[in-house]
Amino acid sequence: MTRYIAGRLVESVVVLIVMSFVIYALIGLMPGDPIDLMIQSDPRLTPADAARLRAVYGLDKPLAERYLAWAAAALAGDFGNSRLYARPVLDVMPGFLLNTVNLMGLSFVISVAIAIPLGIYAALRQQRAADYVVNLACFAGISVPIFWLALMLIILFAVLIPILPASGVSSVGGGGFLDLARHLVLPVATLTIFSIGSYTRFMRAATIEVMRQDYIRTAFAKGASRGRVVMRHAFRNALVSVVTIVALSFGTLFSGALITETMFAYPGMGKLIFDSVMGNDFNMALVALLFATLVTLLANLGADIAYAWLDPRISYGGGGGRPR
Amino acid sequence: MSGLAQSPARAARAPRTVWGLLLRRMLGHRLAIGSLAFLLILSVLAILTPVIEGALGLDANSVALTMRFEGPSAAHLLGTDELGRDLLARLLYGGQVSLFVGIAAALASAVIGTLIGLPAGYYGGKFDAVLMRLTDGVIALPLLPLLIVLAALDLNKLGLPEAVVNDPNMSLYRIIVIIALVGWTTVARLVRGATLSLREREYVLAATAAGAGGLRIMAVHILPNVVSPIIVATTLSVGNVILLESVLSFLGLGIQPPIASWGNMLTGAQELIWNAPELAFYPGLLIFLTVIAFNFLGDGLQDALDPRAIEK
Repeated sequence: MTRYIAGRLVESVVVLIVMSFVIYALIGLMPGDPIDLMIQSDPRLTPADAARLRAVYGLDKPLAERYLAWAAAALAGDFGNSRLYARPVLDVMPGFLLNTVNLMGLSFVISVAIAIPLGIYAALRQQRAADYVVNLACFAGISVPIFWLALMLIILFAVLIPILPASGVSSVGGGGFLDLARHLVLPVATLTIFSIGSYTRFMRAATIEVMRQDYIRTAFAKGASRGRVVMRHAFRNALVSVVTIVALSFGTLFSGALITETMFAYPGMGKLIFDSVMGNDFNMALVALLFATLVTLLANLGADIAYAWLDPRISYGGGGGRPR
Repeated sequence: MSGLAQSPARAARAPRTVWGLLLRRMLGHRLAIGSLAFLLILSVLAILTPVIEGALGLDANSVALTMRFEGPSAAHLLGTDELGRDLLARLLYGGQVSLFVGIAAALASAVIGTLIGLPAGYYGGKFDAVLMRLTDGVIALPLLPLLIVLAALDLNKLGLPEAVVNDPNMSLYRIIVIIALVGWTTVARLVRGATLSLREREYVLAATAAGAGGLRIMAVHILPNVVSPIIVATTLSVGNVILLESVLSFLGLGIQPPIASWGNMLTGAQELIWNAPELAFYPGLLIFLTVIAFNFLGDGLQDALDPRAIEK
């Protein structure tokens, strides 16, 4: 098990390094470069000045050389300054990160808390009216364009029935707990509706699969009550596959958060990435994208480890198949 | 005994071909059939858009600033948008674009996925390990942020010829390419998994013994047997592609005006929610209905094509 985790860890680091180069190269292919931006803000610069500046900043060097210089600085803790925020990149990020953790954490907890009982309920009433209704609702949640869902919620609850704020994290001047909570309602609702459909379907499918197993029939045969069989035997086994698949869908949740944050002008990591890509803030975009990649990779790694840990039947070489 | 008595009648009703079986199973899936009908109507409307436009005397791109935000009328059945353009005509053109991008990118993804999954599963070993690590790597990436960067790339810096970069339909091709570049992983995994088990079958061994080469075995003996999961995955991914296209277009990174797409019709809508909230309604509703129809259809196909399903 330890060897398996170590192997996967090394692999994730390799993927991260490869991705840092890919993202660095892609950012270099975006329109304009830092010198173009300087020329825009200072019309007195001549083409000769621009060429000299490019040489000073090393922008005339080949891609690999520029990347290595960036990587060396990054390893020393210097990720450069953000153009839009005029501060070191690493000083800008924590505030945005905290907001995203709030948004994603809240919606995640709410959707899982609803999806798990709902999925079990639907699975136990397979092919009946209740299952049909839950299934339809799940498909609706999966198929709705999230930015349109956000627009509809804004129109409903901020324009037609103005009871909630349409954007931001807090009112101007205000900042009490209630005010912050009111600003979170619509974004959290949007992201929850976006993710709850697939979670419920995962849970339903896993429960149906587990209920077909022999040990469930054995449990019933031994005279265990329906509630006990579902809670003690089915639920725990169904959870094994659901935990994995939910962790694997972290990237999707983050993509949803990016749109939600942009729609509600909510200053989180997703909006930071979008704004820095759009605003030619190369250093910021690079670091924020890399950070998002890192967290997604960690979530995937977590999914694999959780799977191996929760299901003792699976062994990944090295440690042998010792039952726990 | 009653079972025996029934069997002739049953045999008469049972379909003779695979397609007959498929059709009967699909017909039992009302949502999938309804979705298929909806999508067919939508496709016909999309193909006939120029004809309908002419017949109704509309023009999706004629700007009339004196007629902005008009309500529904005989001339404009759904009213007009912020530039006085006819909403219905733009919705029709948007449908054309969304369906085209959705189907084209899903097909392209399926082709790439098959080309990667088949040899990975068939040859196995190091080759398989490398390809599957690549697939896992792509799956592990945060999709939307990456698509945003890919959509924002400067094509001139990629060294593409000027004529290609300035093509008015460039935004259309570009979005198909970038979605296909990240969307092939599902099909690749499915095909690889199926190929792994198929290559051990007797008929494949027989073909090998008869002297067939790897390419021929993959194309003639394995591919036909992995077609059904590919069809299901591709149908489901059309819905996904339409969602991705619409969000990128909405953010201003996908289909560029003056080409209408359901996504870019909503770009300006957020500023207009206070005076014309209805403009935000229809394009999104159509995206929603189209995507849910593709999902229902894919779900129905999955049930119908599942060989393990017991014939009722």
